[in-house]
Amino acid sequence: MAISLTINRRKRVVDVEPDKPLLWVLREDLDLPGTKFGCGAGLCGACTVILDGDAVRSCQTPVGDAVGKQVITIEHVATLPVGKKVVDAWVDLDVPQCGYCQAGQIMSATALLTHTPKPAPDDIAAGMSGNICRCATYLRIQKAIRKAAGLDSVEEAA
Amino acid sequence: MSDTGAITRRSFLAVSLAGGTVLTFKADLVLAQTGAGAAAPVMLNAFIRIGADNQVTIGAKNPEIGQGVKVMLPMLIAEELDVAWSQVQIQQTDANDKLYGVQVAGGSTATPTNWLPMRQAGAAARQMLLTAAARLWGVDVATLTTAAGTVFHKASGRSLPYAALAKEAATVPAPDLAKVPLKSPDAFTIIGKSVRGVDTPRIVKGEPLYGIDTRLPGMLHAALLKCPIAGGALASFDDTAARKTPGVIAVVPVNSGLVPQGRNDALAIVATSWWTAQKARETLVAKWDAITQAGFSTEGYAKQAAALLGGVPQADLHKEGDVDKALAGAAKTVTADYSYPFLAHATLEPQNCTALWTADGKLEIWAPTQNPGSGRKEVAAMLGIAPDAMTIHLTRIGGGFGRRLMNDYMVLAAQVAKGVPGRPVKLLFDRTDDLRNDYYRPAGWHRFTAGLDASGAIVAFKDHFVTFGADGKPIRAAEMSAYEFPGPVIPDMQYGMSFLATNLATGWLRAPTSNAMAFVFQGFLDEVAEAAGLDLPELMRRTLGAPRELPAEKGRPAFHTGRARGVIDAVCKVAGWTGKPSTTPGKGRGFGFYFSHRGYFAEVVDITIRDGATVIVDKIWVAGDIGSQVINPINAEHQVQGAAIDGIAQALVWQPIVQEGGAVTQENFHDFPLLRIDAVPRDVAITWVKTDYPPTGLGEPALPPVIPAIGNAIRAVTGKRLRSLPFQPG
Repeated sequence: MAISLTINRRKRVVDVEPDKPLLWVLREDLDLPGTKFGCGAGLCGACTVILDGDAVRSCQTPVGDAVGKQVITIEHVATLPVGKKVVDAWVDLDVPQCGYCQAGQIMSATALLTHTPKPAPDDIAAGMSGNICRCATYLRIQKAIRKAAGLDSVEEAA
Repeated sequence: MSDTGAITRRSFLAVSLAGGTVLTFKADLVLAQTGAGAAAPVMLNAFIRIGADNQVTIGAKNPEIGQGVKVMLPMLIAEELDVAWSQVQIQQTDANDKLYGVQVAGGSTATPTNWLPMRQAGAAARQMLLTAAARLWGVDVATLTTAAGTVFHKASGRSLPYAALAKEAATVPAPDLAKVPLKSPDAFTIIGKSVRGVDTPRIVKGEPLYGIDTRLPGMLHAALLKCPIAGGALASFDDTAARKTPGVIAVVPVNSGLVPQGRNDALAIVATSWWTAQKARETLVAKWDAITQAGFSTEGYAKQAAALLGGVPQADLHKEGDVDKALAGAAKTVTADYSYPFLAHATLEPQNCTALWTADGKLEIWAPTQNPGSGRKEVAAMLGIAPDAMTIHLTRIGGGFGRRLMNDYMVLAAQVAKGVPGRPVKLLFDRTDDLRNDYYRPAGWHRFTAGLDASGAIVAFKDHFVTFGADGKPIRAAEMSAYEFPGPVIPDMQYGMSFLATNLATGWLRAPTSNAMAFVFQGFLDEVAEAAGLDLPELMRRTLGAPRELPAEKGRPAFHTGRARGVIDAVCKVAGWTGKPSTTPGKGRGFGFYFSHRGYFAEVVDITIRDGATVIVDKIWVAGDIGSQVINPINAEHQVQGAAIDGIAQALVWQPIVQEGGAVTQENFHDFPLLRIDAVPRDVAITWVKTDYPPTGLGEPALPPVIPAIGNAIRAVTGKRLRSLPFQPG
């Protein structure tokens, strides 16, 4: 059935069943592969998108639930002022190793800093604990969040 | 460039294409022509292309799994080519070992095996550019210099960018790579400087880079229904309902074949979307024949191992002197049993592969593989086609950790593609498929006995290793080195093995064998140190003795006791190690050392134990010796921190892979939990001990020492000696 969505501030219409997870609609029907499949069970955070300002797991969000809401994905996150700061910090600190989880990490970090602009270490742990990084880039993730929040000055690489 | 015969040392530089001159040659052009009886091409000539704008495109040949090799290898080439890093563009090459040499992401081998060849490739190209300039200006090559992609003749004040010389350089015979002059390290301008990941700016935009992101016109998607019991065969199936599902195109019987220990039948459901295929899978009815495999279980292994440990080893691994006599005469003996479980790799990007079987019986593959060369052979054997009838594109990889050294997904995808000829198809495992069809790090059991003399020196040492084997030999990744320390320095010693059978496929997990051996050997040696009235660093110093190389297995790097001593002393110094217990209740520290993948690593871990049960790792100090040069410091830090935290995961977070009735029971990250941000230490502090040896790799060697260091710290805090993983002090 035709479902009308607002993805990255654009109206998009897809012809899918309403129970199809938003993740697979993004990846398969809207050519937005930046949102990643990791577990399909809401356990790893690789599929995190921002839905009406909150970080949600798109693998656990039936596309029907996104109707009438604003969906922001990694492809568009840098158009948000907070998202831009997060992305810039991620690049400056060269956070990714394999990089597969980083879209989800960036989306969660953006949501965290939107709600909590100056997070304490416990806020970062709580806000980011839904996102697994199998390469364990966590020290740089923490550092990048602090940098994006203006809490840290950090050294520069080439 | 008209045929592959042109790929020789003589044509190291070749001529122009639209938009720029090709120095060596355009890899993809040649790639399309390989297989036409190419006379053994020189492997190191395919990496450099110089554009008309003096931008240099450098081919990165190895699979990128997050270890930073896509930057590191081009850094080596760019350094000796003598270009500025800002001129460099990096391009992932296809898989073609005839053009590029070995292409593998495994064993932390990229640095030691490429340190010279990649530099030589850059230096040879520079030499040809110099020759071209000398010809043009009628001067002696020796009067010319280079910098930032420009050749200078200082005496006349002339200079030309490489781009202006490349066409002429292409006619210069390539110099002998072994004789081409290389820079002295003090002249390095790129090596030793931090360079960020080449894909980082694309990753943060969500650009399609990974195997799972492969998207081709008309592409189909495949989900997999596999026999739940490894090694099972498909008896019968009914796909009537599945085929009626809108969007389903085909159901194709496949198997992961030909990989020892890895054969497993499956059905691939092919549909217009993966989600459709995945849902249709639920309607597929399959009967499996796995009766011979159904008896294997975690519980069964433990019982059999316990029985075997008490007996005489079935096979000798290494033996010197008379260990039993020496033990009988020892002033003191220490005995302990250690064990560790099966583990999965759990790469965050589930296994996947895209393949296209063309009308003329050729295959094109897009593979997130760490080991394309062996994938090519396996696919060729399975499909009965020539290895050269296959083009393999290397995608960025969402985590390797050794899982993708195996190529079952490639073998499976190729069969599915053959079932839907003319249409590309992407095969994707779901998380449960991924966890249940891994090539697991095998479990193992050890019974150690050490004998000490009156002075506390180890005079006898014995390990009975119960592992998984077939035909009297360990299966893949279940082996142990005959020269495991301290064996080679103990006059009376014995390493023996006994074997269990399993139906599970086993494989290499980051720092394979070492991740287990470090735990059991350094854990047990901590007990020995305690019995000797020493701390582990001091026992290690005394046991290592004078600086020298110890014997090693053929083809394996030798172990240098002086380099080991160097990192042990360094980490004790920076961590302020005193060997004395902490005065703060609940806090303590542990030490671990290990040599693996040519790297020497000693680590001190500070922990806090909350409520007598929860272990918090506060800080890790790492001292590492990987030779004379850290090539890319920002990435080196990343690899060490990641590896150290991965060690915390193995020690404290990951739960054993459990097998019941032949089948692995794990489903997802709730029962195979990975480490999250709240378990991260506040710092992983790294000290490099530089020694006059060629640089070696970093993907792995920082991991193993963390595990025993945590166990030894738990002992220091609680008095409990934990001898199996994961550590559960509560």
